[in-house]
Amino acid sequence: MYGIVRKEKLTSNIKLFDVTAPAVAAKSRPGQFVILRIHERGERFPITIADANPKKGTVTIIFAEVGKSSTQLGKLEIGDSILNFSGPLGNATKIQEYGDILCVGGGVMAGALLYQEKALKKAGNRITTILGARSKDHIILEKELRKISDEFHIATDDGSEGHEGIAFLAEMLKEKKFSHAITIGPTSMQMIVSEMTRPYKIPTTVNLFPIMVDGTGMCGACRVTVGGETRFACVNGPDFDGHQVNYDELISRMRFYNPNEKIAMVLFDGGD
Amino acid sequence: MAHRKPQAEMPKQAVEQRIHNFDEVALGYIEELALMEAGRCLNCPKPQCKKGCPVEVPIPEFIQLIKDHKFLEAAKKLKEKNALPAVCGRVCPQEEQCQKFCVLGVRGDPVGIGRLERYASDWERLNAKLESQTTLQISGKVAVVGSGPAGLTVAADLAKMGHKVTIFESLHTAGGVLMYGIPQFRLPKEIVQMEVEYVKSLGVELRLDSTVGLLSTIQELMNDGYDAVFIGSGAGLPNFLHVPGENLKGIYSANEFLIRTNLMKAYKFPEYDTPIRVGKNVGVVGAGNVAMDSARCALRLGAERVHIIYRRSREEMPARAEEAENAEEEGIEFNLLTNPVRFIGNERGFLEKVECVKQRLSEPDQSGRRRPEPIEGSNYTIDIDTAVIAIGQSPNPIIQQTTAGLQITRHGTIVVNEDTMQTAIPGVYAGGDVVSGAATVISAMGAGKKAAKAIHEYIITKALNGG
Repeated sequence: MYGIVRKEKLTSNIKLFDVTAPAVAAKSRPGQFVILRIHERGERFPITIADANPKKGTVTIIFAEVGKSSTQLGKLEIGDSILNFSGPLGNATKIQEYGDILCVGGGVMAGALLYQEKALKKAGNRITTILGARSKDHIILEKELRKISDEFHIATDDGSEGHEGIAFLAEMLKEKKFSHAITIGPTSMQMIVSEMTRPYKIPTTVNLFPIMVDGTGMCGACRVTVGGETRFACVNGPDFDGHQVNYDELISRMRFYNPNEKIAMVLFDGGD
Repeated sequence: MAHRKPQAEMPKQAVEQRIHNFDEVALGYIEELALMEAGRCLNCPKPQCKKGCPVEVPIPEFIQLIKDHKFLEAAKKLKEKNALPAVCGRVCPQEEQCQKFCVLGVRGDPVGIGRLERYASDWERLNAKLESQTTLQISGKVAVVGSGPAGLTVAADLAKMGHKVTIFESLHTAGGVLMYGIPQFRLPKEIVQMEVEYVKSLGVELRLDSTVGLLSTIQELMNDGYDAVFIGSGAGLPNFLHVPGENLKGIYSANEFLIRTNLMKAYKFPEYDTPIRVGKNVGVVGAGNVAMDSARCALRLGAERVHIIYRRSREEMPARAEEAENAEEEGIEFNLLTNPVRFIGNERGFLEKVECVKQRLSEPDQSGRRRPEPIEGSNYTIDIDTAVIAIGQSPNPIIQQTTAGLQITRHGTIVVNEDTMQTAIPGVYAGGDVVSGAATVISAMGAGKKAAKAIHEYIITKALNGG
């Protein structure tokens, strides 16, 4: 059992937990994830690690309440425990000195982006951040990301804050040279960013988030086509070359269980 | 003459009933049948059956105890050598092992050794309380990676020899393939958990949610004071066909299909949270036990037609005959000498059909194998909305990726000394599917047994030499 020692409500449906898991905290690196299970009948689901504090023995996770399991997770309070918290899983993001690095993160993954940026900053990179969100009310960690960045932009889908959409990046890329780009967040956003960096041949790392069950290389649910080959996000990734990923297939596969999730959610709400 | 009597039949759930539930198909002997079957054993002066058992079960001895109505003692006799008798009694291919050597088999049915093993261990489970065993002296500290059949066997044997054993399991439940792979109707999960409890009662510590390689490396375990490490991480990574369309929605690896169904109990969705989607027409590619398990699960999950698609003929099917018969009885359709070449989906990315080509077998090549070759122009399609790829697995790569000094084959398996199961790193042992590639539960247990002996000797020798 893994106790929750901090809980914050970041937006109407995004929550942050610090979870006591000393062994996991000691080994966590940016880009890795944990697999959780809340109760005996629960499903296993991945959450990208947003931070780790080896001294306190805690791991930070940030998640949006979008389905039954994440909604149930969000209902837990400080002092409650998570039944299973397995990690760190997946390969860590490669951290090195690139020079000028473009970091594009969106939605709930802003936490995982900040975790990557902290390491990238430490490695001597100059960081340009684009933080994306649906609207003004869905922006998280703005202060922290602004502080660590050498250049900082906000983009919202509806233009309620900062730039409207990501289109402005095209102009930015005409003027500014980047030696590397990373993008973490909604898959459609990762696809668009990768398409924008492609003409400039900026190596672009995407941290993918497909469906997973065990997270240790067993189920193959997380398979993605990268450069024409089938790869497993859990053991070969989750970081891949953004210019090689078959996003249409990935997005399609991620929706496979939508009908089941709806059933589970309706029954859950009904019984709540 | 007594031994001319046929083997006592195992009562089974009726087909029309069992295809709608996940309850165990084979119901086990009742006392009367067990006594009748045990009575057939001739108690040979030189028992041949023992030769066929990788874990050296004292077969005539435990059967004699059943004859004497000493069922608890029979179970204890089994456990002297086999930590998982209720599992082995159900899933071992006895026809190729102990029963193959039974002298009664020469002229008729061999003794139903597996069925008797199951009877004795079930009797114990239902009638006796598990007592925790106390070992007198603790000599060494051993880390076991993986709690499948190999890991549980190593742990139990070493605990009995007086060592302190900790098992590291990456999943949330112990049992490995016994939990995630073999379906409930063939091996009830409650029985696996009872066997795990037995291993724990020997003093073995179990740490779940612990993926060795990532959470701690083998080297870190050695530095933490473990005298030896056993790697039994299994054959995780699923193989795919690498044909067009294989990532369409509705196509599962057998691992995913079985993990969702068995480990996560998706057959009870939405009571359990893990979903699974099975359409009306299911195609299972492959013809091993995993393929049969997948096909029979698909049927129970509501499929109307389930096809086995296999590129060779019936003789080459790797599944146990009994499992193929069970599947056929339940109405699974066998498409033999048939090879899938392409999966075809609709505009929304969902699987709709599989294109296959008929095969013929070549004349035996130098190795005596008859290779399947396609018959040109014989392509046809089968309508399926769900496919399960059950063509084998490769070893899980995490430990190999994170452990310097291990010797790895090009298939990803770990190289060991076959007598001791020691890897290229002194003090580090390996066994089960991570060494052999996907094989049987009992062969993994046999490897575990061998490794336990070698680890014991290694620790004792090290201690004698002053550590």
